[in-house]
Amino acid sequence: MNPFSYTRSGTLENAVTEIARDRRAKFIAGGTNLIDLMKENVTRPSRLIDINHLSLNKIEETDNGGLRIGALVTNSDVAYHPQITRRYPLLASAILAGASHQLRNMATTGGNLLQRTRCSYFYDITTACNKREPGTGCSAINGFNRMHAILGASEECIATHPSDMCVALMVLDAVVQVTSNRGARAIPFAEFHRLPGDAPQIDTNLQPDEIITSVDLPGEGFAGNHSYLKVRDRASYAFALVSVAAALTLEGGVIKEARIALGGVAHKPWRNAEAEALLKGKPAGQDNFRKAAEALLSGARGFGHNNFKIELAKRAIPRALKQAAAGTPQSQTIKKVL
Amino acid sequence: MTTNYMGKATSRVDGRAKVTGAAKYAAEYNVPNLAYGYIVTSAIARGRITKIDASEALAVEGVLQVFTHENRHKIAEDDQSYEDEAASPGSPFRPLYDNQIKFSGQPVALVVAEEFEIARYAASLVHIEYKVESHETDLSKVRANGYEPKIKRMEGFEPVKPRGNAEKAFQRAVHQHDAEYDLPIEHHNPMELFASTAVWEGNGKITIYDKNQGAQNCQRYIANIFGFPMDDVRVISPFVGGAFGSGLRPQYQIFLAALAARELKCSVRVSLTRQQMFGLGYRPNTLQRVAIGAAKDGALEAFMHDALANTSRYEDYQEMVVNWAGSLYQCDNMKFSYNIAQLDLCTPMDMRAPGGAPGMYAIECAMDELAYKVGCDPLELRLKNYSEKDQNEGKPFSSKELRACYRQAAEKFGWANRKPQPGSMRDGSELIGWGMATGIWEAMQQPASARAVLTSDGKLEVSSATADIGTGTYTIMTQIAAETLGLPLQDVTFKLGDSTLPQSPIEGGSWTAATNGSAVKKVCDAVGAKLFAMAQKMEASPFANLKFEDVAFSEGQMRLKNDSDRGVAIGEIMRHGGATTLAEEATSSPDEAKQEPYARYTHSAIFVEVKVDEELRTIRVTRIVIAVAGGRILNPKTARSQVLGAAVGAIGMALEEESVVDQNLGRIMTHNLADYHVPVNADVYDIDVIFVEEHDTIVNPLGVKGLGEIGIVGTAAAIANAVFHATGKRVRDMPITVDKLF
Ligand SMILES: Cc1cc2nc3c(=O)[nH]c(=O)nc-3n(C[C@H](O)[C@H](O)[C@H](O)COP(=O)(O)OP(=O)(O)OC[C@H]3O[C@@H](n4cnc5c(N)ncnc54)[C@H](O)[C@@H]3O)c2cc1C
Ligand code: SF4
Repeated sequence: MNPFSYTRSGTLENAVTEIARDRRAKFIAGGTNLIDLMKENVTRPSRLIDINHLSLNKIEETDNGGLRIGALVTNSDVAYHPQITRRYPLLASAILAGASHQLRNMATTGGNLLQRTRCSYFYDITTACNKREPGTGCSAINGFNRMHAILGASEECIATHPSDMCVALMVLDAVVQVTSNRGARAIPFAEFHRLPGDAPQIDTNLQPDEIITSVDLPGEGFAGNHSYLKVRDRASYAFALVSVAAALTLEGGVIKEARIALGGVAHKPWRNAEAEALLKGKPAGQDNFRKAAEALLSGARGFGHNNFKIELAKRAIPRALKQAAAGTPQSQTIKKVL
Repeated sequence: MTTNYMGKATSRVDGRAKVTGAAKYAAEYNVPNLAYGYIVTSAIARGRITKIDASEALAVEGVLQVFTHENRHKIAEDDQSYEDEAASPGSPFRPLYDNQIKFSGQPVALVVAEEFEIARYAASLVHIEYKVESHETDLSKVRANGYEPKIKRMEGFEPVKPRGNAEKAFQRAVHQHDAEYDLPIEHHNPMELFASTAVWEGNGKITIYDKNQGAQNCQRYIANIFGFPMDDVRVISPFVGGAFGSGLRPQYQIFLAALAARELKCSVRVSLTRQQMFGLGYRPNTLQRVAIGAAKDGALEAFMHDALANTSRYEDYQEMVVNWAGSLYQCDNMKFSYNIAQLDLCTPMDMRAPGGAPGMYAIECAMDELAYKVGCDPLELRLKNYSEKDQNEGKPFSSKELRACYRQAAEKFGWANRKPQPGSMRDGSELIGWGMATGIWEAMQQPASARAVLTSDGKLEVSSATADIGTGTYTIMTQIAAETLGLPLQDVTFKLGDSTLPQSPIEGGSWTAATNGSAVKKVCDAVGAKLFAMAQKMEASPFANLKFEDVAFSEGQMRLKNDSDRGVAIGEIMRHGGATTLAEEATSSPDEAKQEPYARYTHSAIFVEVKVDEELRTIRVTRIVIAVAGGRILNPKTARSQVLGAAVGAIGMALEEESVVDQNLGRIMTHNLADYHVPVNADVYDIDVIFVEEHDTIVNPLGVKGLGEIGIVGTAAAIANAVFHATGKRVRDMPITVDKLF
């Protein structure tokens, strides 16, 4: 870990001014990802700007009937908030599928969006990694890539985004509110994370001088028909091999709207408009669910150890849709797959 | 108040200290002017260091020194000085010895600074250049290089001689099963990281608080290497946060802490990071071929077990992987081989049930496969081939209540309701699988000494230099001592984990209860005999015309065995004898004349239920019933904990644990607890432990066999067998992850 200086910001203005002044500075929120990366010398900020005292820790109703989740609201507080559990149970479920109680108590909404990949090479500075050090190569492509991407990867990087919460936010069409010295803007969730392409060192479209202030949820929360199904190597406290967030609106067994996002398969939560369109106006049944799964996985490619994820995703998607259609979402405490 | 503690469920005497934080671990001893070391490890698997540039690190304020092979002072260099009780034949790893890199993650420099953060930062500024040589870290690629270790690590570690003609009998057999089983590298991953706090005492003496499974083993290691007189080195290790065998050898941080303390003449602490824990020994990768031939009815006619395991380039690590079938199953034609092949990795180490856990995994999976071929129940196949004597040694068993294990566990589990056809039992969307296996582990005893000091206020302190790695040693030794001298538990203290205490072997092999327990019993009997002599001299002594055998101690008194109303308080005896303290030391050794004619083993039967999601193939181990015949159970509570913990370890072994080597880099990449999965609470459902009655007068004076390892032996096979029963898919390479079941 490098020596660094520490500043505590009391106001949003101060925070964005500080970050604009020093390109090597970093915000620290819960610190559950950043500190680990610093200990491993993966990230070497010159300065930490502590944003925990900004007043971004509220969950409020928005004018358009949705909810605004402050960037500093902890993952636990989101997951157990009565408005969230009632109106957006899919989000609560996705959060509870991730990490551990202790981590969720520290982890924040903004930090969760910006957590970095769990690729083992990224974390080990003795190895080549384009994401960590552009131009050094990707150790995973011909190495141990069991956890890696099957969709949207590039020759430069095949890492996945590890978040569970983001998979639900993707389905919910959340909007990320950000601010900088240059003003505020709103980023639709689908445009927040990016694919690796030839610049895998850049995870998101957030600019270096911007701060996330909130994540806004639209009014529709799919509280009736949803499920978050996470398949992993043990029953808890493991990152997803494949996860599926499914949300449906049904009218007498016919699908009015379907939304599906996948976690653990790409550099960002994966959605596919075509696959969702396939389900529109169709009966909520296994055949249609399978077709949607095929469409979602079109173009999928394995790199050896992770080939199985393609088949796993093809099985997990219909299962999650079935759970959603039946109104029996996957429990995150009872580990039996429903 | 009764003082009969042996056999009673007793809470840990050190439990309160542990849960309140009063128990201190190696990295928690603070002394004035402590310096902190941070280890730099190699990035390559094989080659040599061409340049180490520490100038930038040394320039950081607060850095005291950077130790490398280039600047360390002269210390012992011969192999012998680096050997320890658990070493295998070869040339032990010598940290900072020369510029050669033998494995990725090898320590190559130690940065010592006034503060930990400074040391850690400066470590990132040590620049190392290597001349890389090509490496090999894949056992499956070097099968042809396998060899039989010339020098055996220990007696009994070599394969037993073939009996009959296994090849021929196999060819002729009606039923044949021949397959290979692959167990990957696994790391112990105890909760507590290896750490040493070396306290420089100022008069040339050094005291080291260290994590290990044998304080005296580490004391000798440090004294030999650095040329300290033995008495000038004290190693203290009262609490150990898990070890599973990883502490059986001194680990390199104790060397580095001692080196730095001696050269800087100050106290130094060195702790490993979790990542660095993957540069220590591990359960080796084994490739095991098991070929079994059986008659129509399942009677075994041929049994061949050939194991290939990896070792390092510098030591011939060995464990007993084969041979077990010869003790467990009746068969006239048996043949075993055990070879090792060198890889550019560090030397493997004993890990919970070394040899037994991997060997019995393969044997018991193969027996299950054979049962399907024969078309009989897997339990029946075991009973049909039950061995009444150990054919390897041609000896009867000192005791073997394995039949009772099978019966009691099967009954509790409901095995009779099993439908044999794979995939035939289900619960909604889940396939149910029922599998079983057998476990076996040696009942060993070593020589050990103990000291006992009884004071006239009725307080007893007993000690021996063993370790308690969470096993409950403190508690059972206290129980033995308290019962032997009839004292209340709270008046008895047991001390361990200090090299100044009476001699003890390393704490391993499940031999501690038998080894140190026998010494404790013996020394307390010696104190008892002294008390008896004093008591006989008392005026109107009720013991005057008796022998020591005629008295017993209970409830603070010496009493007549045949008239327990007649007794005298221990304190009173001592007052009359004018003694304020009675101190004794005793050494107990295995009674070879008594033991030798018998084969001595602990046995178990394990029954497992898994539920596998038919579509997604996720596995839940919903039930384990395990019955153990382990001789006398000193403390059912700590005994149960041992078996529970080992069974959970077996869930890891069967379904989760794997140290994945990137073969391009020759480096273990799952080197943290996010990537190296061990079971979490959500993976663990019901585990039912049964202790079967077993009386054994041969194994040792206490009749105990040890329980630290038996719970993991065979259990992974039972899980794998249950997964097969559920899915019809036989996975022969552990761990069974979802992808392997598609
Ligand atoms: C052992 C372990 C297991 C885990 N398992 C899971 C899991 O199964 N599923 C899962 O989804 N997650 C998992 N996590 C990840 C966890 O969810 C993230 O670490 C956490 O959400 C990060 O939030 P934080 O507030 O601690 O971020 P920090 O570590 O404080 O920050 C992370 C990054 O975000 C930046 N940042 C933070 N807030 C803002 C803001 N408002 N504006 C701009 N930049 C900001 C920081 O500068 C930093 O770069 C796990 C983590 C660990 C350590
Ligand atoms: S997959 Fe991406 S993060 Fe992993 S090694 Fe390759 S470039 Fe680095």
